[in-house]
Amino acid sequence: MLKLDGLEIRAGTFSLSADLEIERHARIALLGPSGAGKSRLLSAIGGFITPAAGRILIDGHDVTGTAPGDRPVATLFQDGNLFPHLSAVENVGLALRPDLRLSRGDRNAAEAALDRVGLAGMGARKPAALSGGQQSRVALARVLLQGRAILALDEPFAALGPALKAGMLDLVAEVADETGAILLMVTHDPEDARRISRQVILVADGAALAPRPTQALLDDPPPVLRAYLGDARRPG
Amino acid sequence: MAGHPQPLSPRPGIIAALSVLAVVLAAFGAVLWRAEPGGGPGPADWAALRFTVLQAVLSAVLSVALAIPVARAFARRRFPGRGTLITLLGAPFLLPVIVAILGLLAVFGRSGWLSALLGLAGLPPVQIYGLHGVVLAHVFFNLPLAVRLILQGWQAVPSERFRLAAQLGCGPREVWHLLEWPALRRALPGALAIVFAICLTSFAVALTLGGGPRATTLELAIYQAFRFDFDLGRAAMLSCIQVAVAGVAGLVALSTLPEGGFGAGLDRPVERWDGATPGARIIDALAIAAASLFLILPLAAVIAAGLPGIASLPPPVWRAAGVSVLVALASTVLLLSLALPLAATIAIRRRGWLESIGLLGLTASPLVIGTGLFLLINPLTDPFALALPVTAVVNAVMALPFALRALVPGMQDVLRGYGRLGLSLGMQGAGFWRLVVLPRLRPQIGFAAGLCAALSMGDLGVIALFADPERATLPLQVYRLMGAYRMQSAEAAALLLLVLAFGLFWLCDKGGRSGAEA
Repeated sequence: MLKLDGLEIRAGTFSLSADLEIERHARIALLGPSGAGKSRLLSAIGGFITPAAGRILIDGHDVTGTAPGDRPVATLFQDGNLFPHLSAVENVGLALRPDLRLSRGDRNAAEAALDRVGLAGMGARKPAALSGGQQSRVALARVLLQGRAILALDEPFAALGPALKAGMLDLVAEVADETGAILLMVTHDPEDARRISRQVILVADGAALAPRPTQALLDDPPPVLRAYLGDARRPG
Repeated sequence: MAGHPQPLSPRPGIIAALSVLAVVLAAFGAVLWRAEPGGGPGPADWAALRFTVLQAVLSAVLSVALAIPVARAFARRRFPGRGTLITLLGAPFLLPVIVAILGLLAVFGRSGWLSALLGLAGLPPVQIYGLHGVVLAHVFFNLPLAVRLILQGWQAVPSERFRLAAQLGCGPREVWHLLEWPALRRALPGALAIVFAICLTSFAVALTLGGGPRATTLELAIYQAFRFDFDLGRAAMLSCIQVAVAGVAGLVALSTLPEGGFGAGLDRPVERWDGATPGARIIDALAIAAASLFLILPLAAVIAAGLPGIASLPPPVWRAAGVSVLVALASTVLLLSLALPLAATIAIRRRGWLESIGLLGLTASPLVIGTGLFLLINPLTDPFALALPVTAVVNAVMALPFALRALVPGMQDVLRGYGRLGLSLGMQGAGFWRLVVLPRLRPQIGFAAGLCAALSMGDLGVIALFADPERATLPLQVYRLMGAYRMQSAEAAALLLLVLAFGLFWLCDKGGRSGAEA
């Protein structure tokens, strides 16, 4: 369970408050206008920015002051999810040993994770020798191996084509189910939300609102979301 | 970035900065303490100050003025080998001063090529010693730097402007007024100031081509007070003057120097439609040919003169070469252990006082630091026994600003690109250094190491103060051979020095770049 207890994020004139709870196994999309603070909220949960006030609790533990690597959060960023000078299997192996002193067993586990995301036999390749979609899969394999309680996605598939993105989102949903993680996903596209998230947190006007069912929210959006979505609300 | 968690701690960099500061301040402090309050500067000291400023002004103005047509030609011409030539413009920076001096003597000296040509026409030979020799050598070293700085200013003009100018039918005159002159005006103060600052503290040129009451710089006067008279009080007093003058010049240079003034790649293609007239073509071709000849001929002379004697070099030269390589390597290791943590701290903090610490090397004169360290060591032990370690330390401090310029932008990229990922995976400190920073920064580390190794290899500064007959580096050995009029050995040793300096740079640079992918 993730609890944001009176959380305040400030940077210059920007401010965002969040006071909400997210259940285990939840799959949640963060939706809202650009600059509303979706990514910042995710960064605060991941430990990359320090909140001005409030607490972040994961399964009852206060992690507000915990270093990013020590939090039960795995984050996939927009870019830079892989080290280009390390092979795929090494990138995945970092989930087990941040110092990369991998045992035979660690290496096998990393290979197995690559296998699971459909990259069997590609462990020796460096990211430059992989396509964009394959690179995303390597990062997902690492997340799978990390087995953290929260999986935070900051639009990691924004650069992929629609079909590839849909496939990756399905894979993400599977990974989240397998690890039992809470899935938090920033997106600009209501279709992404419909595809894998059961609930939506609306981030707008300086606040992140409590999660609401995706279908209901998108079918009858509040004015701020309606303005943001425009015609994208009812595709096809 | 400040305030956010970082995978690297700023502390080692702060320790490195404080160590550098401590060495420099301790040296300055020793100099100040030793300078006798009663004995103010005498007429000879004022003359040294006047000559120092005069030669630096002349060198700066000439270097920059001559650089303008060359840079203009490079800016508006595309031809095969252009990139190579621009890269070669960086070479004098690595070139040991003593090697260039021998080359310049072979071309412009009394019995050099130019004098021989003049002799054919029945004219007297040229005289290279004195003010004009010092200025000639300084122009040789700083013309390429000025060309690069000015070219950088011009290449910063977006190519769309030139397209627009071409579309509006602007000729060379209009392009000059509309585009070239405004960009040049921005680049000129920085170029003038940096060349001025470099020439103020240049020592080896004055040592070899200057001298005598009419051509003595402050640095040379410090050396003479130290070596010939062992008048530590006077050396200290001169050092104080030098610190004041060079400090002011350095600050002015830093405040006017455009960003990334020592950056490499200057070959961004900007299409130019102006200057297509035959006259402009001829002028540009002449400018590039003249500059290339001026820079290449002395090097060719060293190679031609040195080759025959290289097989029969006396054993002391080989010994000195070994010593120099060891000093260069020690200096490089020290440099990297200072520059890497310092670069990390600067990248984390973005701005602050740390950057200026790295730049102490630009303004501080090696001879002043050397004098100060001598004063500090003298009561404890025999300073001459520590000549080589002191040389290595001073060379590392001198190379620090250049190393930081190479390392900091790369370090910022690494932290921006991979800092969060490293943090989220729990990589911190040594682990992040080993797995991320060192592999990602290999090319920049190799370049910085090569730069330091080459500069240290060719350095003829502190070692001239400290060395006794048993301990000589290769540049000092070349200087001694010159002083003994053993020119053939000197030229051969200079060639060896040239090969070693460029070889060390090449090895480090190549080593950093090979195998560093994506």
